[in-house]
Amino acid sequence: MFLTLTTTGTPERPATDLGYLLHKHPDKAQAFSTSYGTAHVVYPEADDQRCTAALLLEVDAVALVRRGKGKGRGGAPDAALAQYVNDRPYAASSLLAVALSSVFSSAMKGTCHARPELPAEPRPLRVEVPALPARGGAELVRRLFEPLGWAVAVEPVALDSEFPEWGDSRYVRLVLESQALTVAEALRHLYVLLPVLDDAKHYWVAPDEVDKLLRAGEGWLAEHPEQKLITSRYLSRRWSLTRQAMERLELVRLAEADDSEVEEIDNAVGAETEEEQRPTPLAVQRRDAIIEALQASGATRVLDLGCGQGQLVQALLKDPQFTQITGVDVSMRALTIASRRLKLDRMGERQASRVTLFQGSLAYTDKRLKGYDAAVLSEVIEHLDLPRLPALEYAVFGAARPRTVLVTTPNVEYNVRWESLPAGHVRHGDHRFEWTREEFRAWADAVAERHGYGVRFVPVGPDDPEVGPPTQMAVFEIDQAGPKNEKEAKAA
Amino acid sequence: MTETQHSTRSEGRVLPVTDLSLVVLVGASGSGKSTFARRHFKPTEVISSDFCRGLVSDDENDQSATRDAFDVLHYIAGKRLAAGRRTVVDATSVQSDARRQLIDLARQYDVLPIAIVLDVPEEVCAERNAARTDRAEMPRRVIQRHIRELRRSIRHLEREGFRKVHILRGVEDIESATVTTERRFNDLTHLTGPFDIVGDIHGCAAELESLLGKLGYSDGVHPEGRTAVFVGDLVDRGPDSPGVLRRVMSMVKSGNALCVPGNHENKYGRYLKGRKVQHTHGLAETIEQMAGESEEFTREVREFIDGLVSHYVLDGGRLVVCHAGLPEKYHGRTSGRVRSHALYGDTTGETDEFGLPVRYPWAEDYRGRAAVVYGHTPVPAATWLNNTICLDTGAVFGGRLTALRWPERELVDVPAEQVWYEPARPLRTEAPGGQDGRPLDLNDVHGRRAVETRHQGRVAVREENAAAALEVMSRFAVDPRLLPYLPPTMAPTATSKVDGYLEHPVEAFAQYAADGVARVVCEEKHMGSRAVALVCRDAEVARERFGADGPTGSLYTRTGRPFFDDEAVTEEILGRVRTAVGEAGLWDELGTDWLLLDAELMPWSLKASGLLRSQYAAVGAASGAVFPGALGALQAAAARGVEVTDLLARQRERASNAAAFTDAYRRYCWTTEGLDGVRLAPFQILAVQGRSLTGLPHDEQLALLDRVVEHDVSGLLQTTRRLYVDTGDPESVRAGVDWWLEMTGRGGEGMVVKPVGALVRGKEGRLVQPGIKCRGREYLRIIYGPEYTRPDNLTRLRSRFLNHKRSLAIREYALGLEALDRLAEGEPLWRVHEAVFGVLALESEPVDPRL
Repeated sequence: MFLTLTTTGTPERPATDLGYLLHKHPDKAQAFSTSYGTAHVVYPEADDQRCTAALLLEVDAVALVRRGKGKGRGGAPDAALAQYVNDRPYAASSLLAVALSSVFSSAMKGTCHARPELPAEPRPLRVEVPALPARGGAELVRRLFEPLGWAVAVEPVALDSEFPEWGDSRYVRLVLESQALTVAEALRHLYVLLPVLDDAKHYWVAPDEVDKLLRAGEGWLAEHPEQKLITSRYLSRRWSLTRQAMERLELVRLAEADDSEVEEIDNAVGAETEEEQRPTPLAVQRRDAIIEALQASGATRVLDLGCGQGQLVQALLKDPQFTQITGVDVSMRALTIASRRLKLDRMGERQASRVTLFQGSLAYTDKRLKGYDAAVLSEVIEHLDLPRLPALEYAVFGAARPRTVLVTTPNVEYNVRWESLPAGHVRHGDHRFEWTREEFRAWADAVAERHGYGVRFVPVGPDDPEVGPPTQMAVFEIDQAGPKNEKEAKAA
Repeated sequence: MTETQHSTRSEGRVLPVTDLSLVVLVGASGSGKSTFARRHFKPTEVISSDFCRGLVSDDENDQSATRDAFDVLHYIAGKRLAAGRRTVVDATSVQSDARRQLIDLARQYDVLPIAIVLDVPEEVCAERNAARTDRAEMPRRVIQRHIRELRRSIRHLEREGFRKVHILRGVEDIESATVTTERRFNDLTHLTGPFDIVGDIHGCAAELESLLGKLGYSDGVHPEGRTAVFVGDLVDRGPDSPGVLRRVMSMVKSGNALCVPGNHENKYGRYLKGRKVQHTHGLAETIEQMAGESEEFTREVREFIDGLVSHYVLDGGRLVVCHAGLPEKYHGRTSGRVRSHALYGDTTGETDEFGLPVRYPWAEDYRGRAAVVYGHTPVPAATWLNNTICLDTGAVFGGRLTALRWPERELVDVPAEQVWYEPARPLRTEAPGGQDGRPLDLNDVHGRRAVETRHQGRVAVREENAAAALEVMSRFAVDPRLLPYLPPTMAPTATSKVDGYLEHPVEAFAQYAADGVARVVCEEKHMGSRAVALVCRDAEVARERFGADGPTGSLYTRTGRPFFDDEAVTEEILGRVRTAVGEAGLWDELGTDWLLLDAELMPWSLKASGLLRSQYAAVGAASGAVFPGALGALQAAAARGVEVTDLLARQRERASNAAAFTDAYRRYCWTTEGLDGVRLAPFQILAVQGRSLTGLPHDEQLALLDRVVEHDVSGLLQTTRRLYVDTGDPESVRAGVDWWLEMTGRGGEGMVVKPVGALVRGKEGRLVQPGIKCRGREYLRIIYGPEYTRPDNLTRLRSRFLNHKRSLAIREYALGLEALDRLAEGEPLWRVHEAVFGVLALESEPVDPRL
């Protein structure tokens, strides 16, 4: 990983003053050992007109891995493959920011004993980062640096010139130019913004991270229009560390066994779930519609099948009508988050006795699901491949057989009304299908017929005269007399 | 009451006690119960209330702890009875309320409650208690009360529900008594047959005679000494119930047959005893036909029916025969509800459109190891469901009379001569979907488990691994019916000592030589993605054999995910393979209409494109972007006279390593258009109908597959290059190394070394690794990083730990073999799925992912 810092000058204000500012002599190659490898500072050019300092961090990738906790069984490091082969030796990630702060610490503080007046003087500066990981793309890079007085040039880097169809990589080549900033300011900008642009996978953590941010951001961060994003991304690395520790690596390994990206498999819970998101109006309307239907059904023992992060469970807890609320999800991660959201460990005994969360799967029958008054399948069926739907149908309507079953699913016809949704796209990456009203009704009617339920349909959200509501809900009620009762038989 | 009440003979009484029962000792404090129990039962069979009182209160005589003590006693007794172990309760049990709880417990676990009463004079009890320091304080009135209660109870014990009551009066009677263990009537585990189990006959005497003839019986006797077993419903509806009874009764009498009662015998038996029963469902016909029979015969019939035992456990516990089916927890048990289930089955309480009770599909839930063979419910054809089979194929309704040969598991049947009786409803398959084990149950896979394997004993699956597997299996995998196998992980060769190499074939050959494997095959690695293909001859076969309606097979990854989102693409590939297999003549040669292939699908970029872009190409892009600038800066500094020689040289090396990395992954990527450019290289036929082929030597395997590839005109299939090496011959080993060097030198991924004999055991009888991978030097860059070949890096990387990976590979291998054996033997889907799920769960165990 590599970056250069260039300044220009005149015989009166020579460019080589950069050597004083950085506390590094221009005619020497100097090496500094940092926690992740050796940092080198050399000057490819150094005269009165132009002086460039280059910082090169030689990451010791093997040592970096071995540093990790080697707690895996058989002495094998318990870590994901991505820890071994990655861009850290090359890209200007957070590690480079660490090196920057340790090699140029005085410069960052703006102290220079030999020439105390120098640090405060703005100079013409040019920063080049040839391989900068930029989550958020060129657009965000501009939004981050331009308000600070930089002229920004960003060029995307192609993933692989032999496979142009793969498109651009997440790296950009960044050139920043300014006449009005000091070296210290430039370094502090880089120190904060390199990790912000990095994809947050390569974190480091220290308890005083907030202090570091405040110090480095002094004088510019408070006024920055993207202050919120900068702060949350910079500090999010700390959260992601805690999350990483808590996360189960089992899914990571299964993804790797299959040469898949972890996100392809471990995606039951969105990435942004850690912070309390504001629910969309539609999610609220959906929840209200479900609760209303449950209240009307007279159910007291309720199953939330595919409970996700437990939002519905939490809402149901507020109504004493529901004496037993059971959330079931196949994702252990979702259940962990749900349990945290509900504060199950701190809940009073009486309240806690109303809630149960456990891992389950609707691809299998499950005796624990028997004996409930009602089951909710809210935005669940569309996450199953169509050929697996009969298994869910049997598990719920055939085996568990609650009196009432509520099923909600997107109405694909409504998608044309979503402004942000490109035509022909589903609403969520993991949706295996989205149904029209007619398709949903056909399925629901057939299920009801096969299992002895009656079914009616309730629109959720604004019922558009042309395309219907955004969410469709089916309310199944069990046929009290049994699937095919005697009376019917006699009538027939 | 039993004979034991009567006066004793000098040698003492013999008390028969059933081998699985709850024995309740009844007697006052000091009557000698504990001594009696110690003398006649195993110490672990006896649970005393005093002991339990001590457990919960530290004081065996603390009466305030009685309630908790009995909770513990009942709990322990329950655990023992559930496990099928006789249990003796040593407590006074003089109060009817205390006994009632024990009788309830016996009923809950469907075992016989037996009472043994020790009736001892008050003085004796008092004397004994006085001699014990801990009981010396016991007031006399307590003993008096005990004896009063005991005397009051004695007459009612049988009415209370004890199925055997032994009363011992006086010290002498107690001292001289002995206990003898009796088998349960239903326990015929010592009989091994072979058996011919015959379905519901319903008076179809002619069909019975034809079937017995077809089975090889001559006048009720089989020349090879086979035993017929009748599942009941001999009578009613059909034309000649007396004839059927006569035949069956004579065979049972002569020891050539066993018979369990059906609900129809049961009802007829009650009729014969003079009970009031409705003459419906064909009983009227039996009564009418029997009217012409002698009184003598009618009496014999009554006694025969009266003596029938509800079900039999046969053949070492591998076979259970009863009329209407029986869940595992009732096997070998004795209670009213066991008998009732055996006779009538279980119902849901609903009635169907024909007014008949809706039967609870107990067989769907059945997970027992014993095969349950039964009748009762007429079905169009006898089919196995979760190791159970219903043999009632509606002979009386014009269907067939069916028998099952055991242990051969062959079905033999004869058609009905005519419709003897109109069915109340059409015959139909009871299981929803009609397919073997269709609704898999979470209990079959969830939580911590141990899977029993033929080749490696029990393989444990940890809870957190099962949880991860559940998520992937549920959300991403193909239908379990089309997922009969997952490939095991493979261990790499021992770390090489050869300069510049982390892996080298020499170690692989040496390892097999050490394992006693003389001949190995080196198969080229294709650097695609592992693929398993289930190829059925047509959609009908997929439906019949695998219960999948629509697809003609499946094509999935090593975690069970479908390769292609588009089912049409999968079908196209399966179609091409199917055609090639057909052209090669393998369907007939292997006697199968489906086969399961282990293969590699190319290019790698087809499936791994996400990973390629986010991980591999990203590294290439970053390094490609950074080095020109960095090298330029260092060269400029050098030109200025700054001393950077070493640094520059090192960066040049790193740049070239990074370029080599990019070259390495690029070799496994190419652009595909539809199926153009897609290739499939099968390297093993895992299983075909009725057979696992995992034991077929690899040279024969590859010869078969070569023929398939040869007959593929579509260009999809590709052969696997190979070389055979003799591990004991240095010349041959050298040739193997050269072959590998040449192949990997051209950018090949490497090779897998396998014992030619495929399924091989080592010297101590343990499985040897089914394959060892030797990956090429350049290929390993994409695993260990671009710069792994630098000498200092290699030195550090050499300390890698292979044991866990090897153990994992063997465990997954054993599970995979198990899945295939279960599949081949036609075991229930849940049994196959259990092993497959185990492989997926183990794949999530922590192990160095670079191995």
